[in-house]
Amino acid sequence: MSRFSLDNESIAREIISRYPRPKSALIPLLHLAQEQDGWVTIDAMRHIAELTGTTPAEVMGTGSFYEMFKFHPVGRYVINICSNITCQLMGAESLLEHAEAKLGVKVGGTTADGLFTLEDVECIAACTEAPALQVNYRYRLRVTAEDFDQLVDDIRSGTARDIPEHGTLSLVRQSIPADRGAGIVPPEQAREVSVWMARNDAAEQN
Amino acid sequence: MTNTEAKTTLSVTIDGEVFEARPGELLIEACERAGTYIPRFCYHSRMKPVGMCRMCLVEVDTGRGPALQPACMLPCSDGMTVSTETPGTRKVQAGILEYLLINHPLDCPVCDKGGECPLQDQTVAYGPGESRFVEEKRHYEKPIPINDNVFLDRERCILCDRCTRFADTVAGDKLIHFMDRGNNTQVNTFPDEPFASYFSGNTVQICPVGALTARPYRFKARPWDLDETVSTAWTDSAGARVAVQSSRDKVIRLLGIDSDPVNWGWLSDKERFAFEALNSDDRLTAPLTRVGDHLVPTGWSTALERAVSLLSDADPDRVAVIGGARLTNESQYAWAKLAKGVIGTDNVDSQLADGLDPELVLGLPRATIDEACTPGGTIILCGPDPKEEIGSLYLRLRHAVVHDDARLIELTPTATGLSPVAAHSLHPRPGEVADLARALVEAANGGPAVSAAGVSAEEISSAAVAIDGSVTIIIGRASLAESADCVTDAALQLAALPGSRFLSALRRGNIHGALDSGLAPGLLPGRTTIEAGAARFADAWPSTPASRGLDTAGILAAAADGRIDVLVLLGSDPINDFAGRPLAAAALETVPNVIALDMLVNDSIAMAADVVLAASGATESAGTFTNLEGRISVCRQRVTPPGTARADWMIASEIARRLGFDLGFDSVESIRAEIAAVSVVHSGLDEKALAEALVDGLLIGGSGDIMVPGVVGVSPSAHDAYSLRLVASRSMYDDGVALRNSPSSRGLARSVTLRLNPTDFDKIGVDRGTVVRTESAVGRLLVPVEPDPGVPVGSAVLPWAAPGSPANTLIDPFSTVTDVRVERA
Repeated sequence: MSRFSLDNESIAREIISRYPRPKSALIPLLHLAQEQDGWVTIDAMRHIAELTGTTPAEVMGTGSFYEMFKFHPVGRYVINICSNITCQLMGAESLLEHAEAKLGVKVGGTTADGLFTLEDVECIAACTEAPALQVNYRYRLRVTAEDFDQLVDDIRSGTARDIPEHGTLSLVRQSIPADRGAGIVPPEQAREVSVWMARNDAAEQN
Repeated sequence: MTNTEAKTTLSVTIDGEVFEARPGELLIEACERAGTYIPRFCYHSRMKPVGMCRMCLVEVDTGRGPALQPACMLPCSDGMTVSTETPGTRKVQAGILEYLLINHPLDCPVCDKGGECPLQDQTVAYGPGESRFVEEKRHYEKPIPINDNVFLDRERCILCDRCTRFADTVAGDKLIHFMDRGNNTQVNTFPDEPFASYFSGNTVQICPVGALTARPYRFKARPWDLDETVSTAWTDSAGARVAVQSSRDKVIRLLGIDSDPVNWGWLSDKERFAFEALNSDDRLTAPLTRVGDHLVPTGWSTALERAVSLLSDADPDRVAVIGGARLTNESQYAWAKLAKGVIGTDNVDSQLADGLDPELVLGLPRATIDEACTPGGTIILCGPDPKEEIGSLYLRLRHAVVHDDARLIELTPTATGLSPVAAHSLHPRPGEVADLARALVEAANGGPAVSAAGVSAEEISSAAVAIDGSVTIIIGRASLAESADCVTDAALQLAALPGSRFLSALRRGNIHGALDSGLAPGLLPGRTTIEAGAARFADAWPSTPASRGLDTAGILAAAADGRIDVLVLLGSDPINDFAGRPLAAAALETVPNVIALDMLVNDSIAMAADVVLAASGATESAGTFTNLEGRISVCRQRVTPPGTARADWMIASEIARRLGFDLGFDSVESIRAEIAAVSVVHSGLDEKALAEALVDGLLIGGSGDIMVPGVVGVSPSAHDAYSLRLVASRSMYDDGVALRNSPSSRGLARSVTLRLNPTDFDKIGVDRGTVVRTESAVGRLLVPVEPDPGVPVGSAVLPWAAPGSPANTLIDPFSTVTDVRVERA
């Protein structure tokens, strides 16, 4: 249960500064909180409310709309196995059963070591590569039982380097200085061409 | 069209009848005015439409053939044709209801809303009769408390967004919100943050299903058992209109009534739930007399005889009356006549050094709430936090600022509940608000901006620029630790702003009725003085006072000095309510005889009363109420008073008769007739006008004979470096005797903390919450301390009348400001 670290708080302030209204930064800040702790904690939501001038109820109301924000602890690796029609026809059900046996948890459960959470998900838009799964939203396609075992072993041994821990959207954090921002102003103040449109126009003319 | 003039009405055909709608009017409103009710759940006339529930879908043809449109989201346009009874409209209404009932439990027989439920009623009127849904409905934990008084049953909720919209756009307390998505969508609070809003009861009233219920009414009655009368809320001076509902001769619920000039249907929880005190087991059902240390019940003739013998033995100048704001206008008039006309004392004051100079309130040009809330106007707050003191006024002001582009400039010692939406919050040092007002007015009138009262020239300059349009100044006591003279001087400075008008924010119940009834030294009923008005009372009254008497501070000082023989407490509790507890206690200890009229035994009565006459409450007697605008509205009797308690005017008549004079009153109507006859401002007060103004009330304008007082010229003593200047401000819930007797409000009084600016807090060198010694020239308190950046450097903020730590212990009523030293205990 933690608030933003000092580093993350300064990142949060930078994110907020990109928007004309602090409240617009809710979603990126929820991602930041999830990246810090692996899930969105009560204290983090309270901290986000303080930083954006909203109430914790608004933060939670906004965040809880999205399935990808977790409001309870999950494993460091969340495995989503697609259970929709295409994957089902291509063996997703037996893959899911195999995964349950391999990890020793039921769907929705988290392994005792806190490493894996197993979930079934609706279509993840990889029907041509069925059966498909995601680990922390990184795809694995045409997955066989052996592939699954290898994946779990790789993660356990630390060799699945392309998969960050749960909550991390990107391995590279982009830093956007204020003058390179989109320069969005509140609609009621928008009298001139916005900064980014002017910049694009200038680039086209050169 | 060749005519370029803007059309003032639009022609809309509603079910074949042509109707003239107003430009911008929503279709659902136009239909309602035309007498065609369109069913709805989410639409509420006092909130922006959202089109959530789809119940108001009707077939609308704007020239391209009929199409289903939500009537609550569609502004009328010229030539529009609406069909509310076609098979297409009927089918969609049935379909929406079948859909809403998919997850709604069919538990109407055990649901508190049954019998007054829009979902139930509209299902009967427009529903399909049968559901095709055979699957399991969604399930949630049955009702969860979302605060101390309100329960939420999420299974019954149809997600209309009324309560959440109210919390967001009306109250500004965004503590309930939609959570989750799709079939799991639910209204809820943040896990450990309850819906701690002073206005939560409104969500219960506007809930169109039985999802939200409030503790005081839950399972107490069925709607068809209720008797109802229109009345006026009595706990603050806004005069919010209410429907008082009773069952088996007991009041069990108050609902807000939509009065356009006053409360728009909203109530604060205090107004809504305060009736519980009237049902308290501790209510006085008979008079009491003192036998030794105890007050024991007695008969009326014994009690009245004792009271009358005390009064008839005393020299009139040695009789004093404190209080009267609880009473109706009629009872106030009767008591003014008894005290000033029959007994012959002018030592009468309805304020307890917690108000303003009556001649300031009555003499300045007055604004109505509507005028204060003029779109695009300027509101200057030189008074208390409306959110804490006058909830209905807060909601109107907040609406004006947030939705109608009014600009709020605060001249208050600390941040208020309106600060988050204020254009400028200027915080003068306690006692120096007049200096700030002068600087602001000079800057607004084109002069140079100079710093004043600890506020920088830049802040004053930018606030001065914002003063534009209609200007309303709200005056009252932001802090009871600085004298009323500070506000007088500030108000007189602000009166120099062109076109400025004033709205009084004196809080105490019917205090404005008390001032209009002459319950203040030097005044007579009808906004006149004992000098200017005496001639008009020559026939109706046996006499009028020859010279101005003492105010409450003067009365208590005289009493402590042994110069008062009989003190009448007219529904007042000086120990807790007077701004100066040490003096009040000394006075009550010294004064030989105290007669009290009240509903409950308060601390002052317990300490000093010799005779207590049991009075009836606001729902138990008829009368009228005057709100802070000077608007008179009716209070009607709904239930019988407990035991032998009776109306205050009856007690006055009875005392007068035993003193050998007939007040001439046999009903409240007879009192009103006399008020209308003798008052310079109440000539329009007749029974017909009052009956016609049942919902909106009758505005009594004009200053009568009252002249605006002169500048007092306060100059607070120099501030020494070791002291902090005290700010004692009221909060919605305190330790008053009425709230103590309201089960749903009792627990809401905040535990007391002394709040300091973090800079001052750090100087003491203690942890947050540590108990510190707070000492003034007259008293001492031990209170926990905490830092608050909203408090200016050099000030110390203490809530008024908090349980266990009365701030008035520290206050000397005769000093301009109160300095305290805060030290480790």
